Amino acid sequence: MGPSYVPLSYYLLLSGFLFACGVAGFLIKRNIITIFMSIELMLNGVNLSFVAFAAHWHALAGQVFVFFVMVVAAAEAAVGLAIIISVYRTRETLNVDQVNLLKL
Amino acid sequence: MNPSLNLWVIPILPLAGAAINGFLGRKASRPGVTTVALLSSGAAFAWALWVAARFSSLSLPYQEFFAHWIRSGNFSADFAFYLDQLSLVMLLVVTGVGFLIHIYSVGYMWDDSSYYRFFSYLNLFMFFMLTLVLANNYLLMFIGWEGVGLASYLLIGFWFTKDSAASAGKKAFIVNRIGDFGFLIALFLLIKHFGSLNFEQVFGAVVPLQPETAGAGLLTTIGILLMIGACGKSAQIPLYIWLPDAMEGPTPVSALIHAATMVTAGVYMVARSHVIFDRAPTALTVVAIIGTLTAFFAATIGIVQTDIKKVLAYSTISQLGYMFMACGVGAFSAGIFHLMTHAFFKGLLFLGAGSVIHAVGGEQDMKKMGGLKSFIPWTFLTMGIATLAIAGVPPLAGFWSKDEILWKAYQVSAVYWVIGVVTAFITSFYMFRLLYMTFFGDYRGAQVDGHDSHGHNAHGHGDPHESPMVMLAPLMILAVLSLVGGLVGWGNHFEHFLAPVFGTTEPATGAASGLTEYLLMGVSVLVAFAGWGLAYLLYYEHPELPQKIANSLGGFYQAVVHKYYIDELYAAVFVKPLIDGSTRILWQDVDRRIIDAAVNDAGDGARHISDEVRHMQSGNIRSYAGWIAAGSAAVIAFMIWMWMEAR
Repeated sequence: MGPSYVPLSYYLLLSGFLFACGVAGFLIKRNIITIFMSIELMLNGVNLSFVAFAAHWHALAGQVFVFFVMVVAAAEAAVGLAIIISVYRTRETLNVDQVNLLKL
Repeated sequence: MNPSLNLWVIPILPLAGAAINGFLGRKASRPGVTTVALLSSGAAFAWALWVAARFSSLSLPYQEFFAHWIRSGNFSADFAFYLDQLSLVMLLVVTGVGFLIHIYSVGYMWDDSSYYRFFSYLNLFMFFMLTLVLANNYLLMFIGWEGVGLASYLLIGFWFTKDSAASAGKKAFIVNRIGDFGFLIALFLLIKHFGSLNFEQVFGAVVPLQPETAGAGLLTTIGILLMIGACGKSAQIPLYIWLPDAMEGPTPVSALIHAATMVTAGVYMVARSHVIFDRAPTALTVVAIIGTLTAFFAATIGIVQTDIKKVLAYSTISQLGYMFMACGVGAFSAGIFHLMTHAFFKGLLFLGAGSVIHAVGGEQDMKKMGGLKSFIPWTFLTMGIATLAIAGVPPLAGFWSKDEILWKAYQVSAVYWVIGVVTAFITSFYMFRLLYMTFFGDYRGAQVDGHDSHGHNAHGHGDPHESPMVMLAPLMILAVLSLVGGLVGWGNHFEHFLAPVFGTTEPATGAASGLTEYLLMGVSVLVAFAGWGLAYLLYYEHPELPQKIANSLGGFYQAVVHKYYIDELYAAVFVKPLIDGSTRILWQDVDRRIIDAAVNDAGDGARHISDEVRHMQSGNIRSYAGWIAAGSAAVIAFMIWMWMEAR
């Protein structure tokens, strides 16, 4: 409980900012890889709020969740990058607006 | 305790015949179909005779339970049969005349391509008619009632490729539905107030009730509703219009269904319900008035018809009117007596007419007949007997029953009697007119060229020819019955026989009333001969006179020829408004503008909204994500707003 602690709300603001950046990037960008990175940004923004709360409440569950999120993110990165590569091979583009074969 | 008579066999036999011929007859040979049809109806007749033979040893009414049908709370209606003097008379008439007409039909319908179908229907009719007369409750009676209507419809429209026949069948069916509506309401009232449709239970509950002399009460209502049903089935004013058209059916059908049996079902039903009518004088008066008016008006139309079957059709309506007149004055046994004798002579007249039509190759217009007496002597002889019988010439059948009715009517009101006697005169006149136009004078028709609607084209060319023996034999049997059938009424035997059913006391025959009775009898014999004489004068001595008289009558004659324009009136008053109303209001307004429009607008509206909304489902992941983000933002904003409010 020393004075060196950064208040919880700072962490949450940063977390919200990171998440909002992720959402914005996801919505605005057209390059699949950028979108992919935006998703990672959102995940990590959430992770930050998890660990902040965990530290604040002295509850380990939040930290455990973060590990799970990281594992899922890693798996997602592996699968996602593989999909991106195969998309690029077949469509020769990374622009999501042109990956529209399933569209009506 | 009664021995079991197995009454159920009597209706089941024709049903089996109908089923066998209906399902298997198409492939079967004509002799095979004939065997089945005649065996089933003949066996039913034999069984009925056996029942009649044992009748005196029974304690009446004999009731027979066959199977459960409806059990609901306290209400029950079963497949059960009821035999008393009244149903025995009907049973014998239906099976006897029915069997004879089956035999006749073998000859008449032999060349028809739907021979098996005809006999299947005819047997089906027998089944329903027997159900009707043997039922022990109104509901089973109603089954028979509707069933004979169905059989009648099928047989009127037997030659359904002919447009007029198909329409006539529909007309008969629809007009009968109107009557059945009244009948059904009467049944509902019976259930509501007596909780039963069983004859014994209903009548047992009605007997203690007081006669409704002042005003119309429950029994009067029920009685009038039953009479509406009877008007439909028995072709009385105002629902008689279907019967003349029903002549589109094969002639044996006209004889069996539309003269001898089915159309008398209404009389039977009224007589069966006499306990109700006895206590509803107003309803009885209605019955009497309807009967009397029908007898008179139908007879006047009969005078000017030239189609031989139409004359007989109007004659049938008129004679049924007599029966209702009898019921209406409380002389139920006289009505049933006339029903029986009428079945003999009118059945005979129709079969004879069939034989005439057969002889001249399908022609029904009497203007194209004439002089047939030498060509078809047996038909002439038997039809002559029937004509004498219906005209009321003693001692033939019609004299006894008609005189009985007129005598009973006179005791109630002289008005009925006067109209009845005038009708008897007209009856005698138009029947002898038919006889003279058909059998006397010179043959006015073309040579029989074998082209006719009845499919008798195997007979080839030549003069009119006598019918085969299979057709003549029933004619002769019925002629004998028409000759002597009335004698059962000698000394009021018939009335005594039916007395237990109708609860009538011994007729008081004082000396004075005896004298009056003979006087009235003399008058009715007189008018019978007067009608004969007039017909002789106009259609034998001076065949040119009728046309002159017709011309001098002008408009009135035209009105009668067109049956008083009743069909046109009904068409204008009921049919046209119905069709117009259905077309303009129900179809074009209600159906198209409201119902269809509602359905279409609902569909169109859904499509338009969907058309707008589907843009959300673009298939673009980022737009979905945008919607999710917007949604989340909205939820968060809402939560913040709630939080602010809570503060």
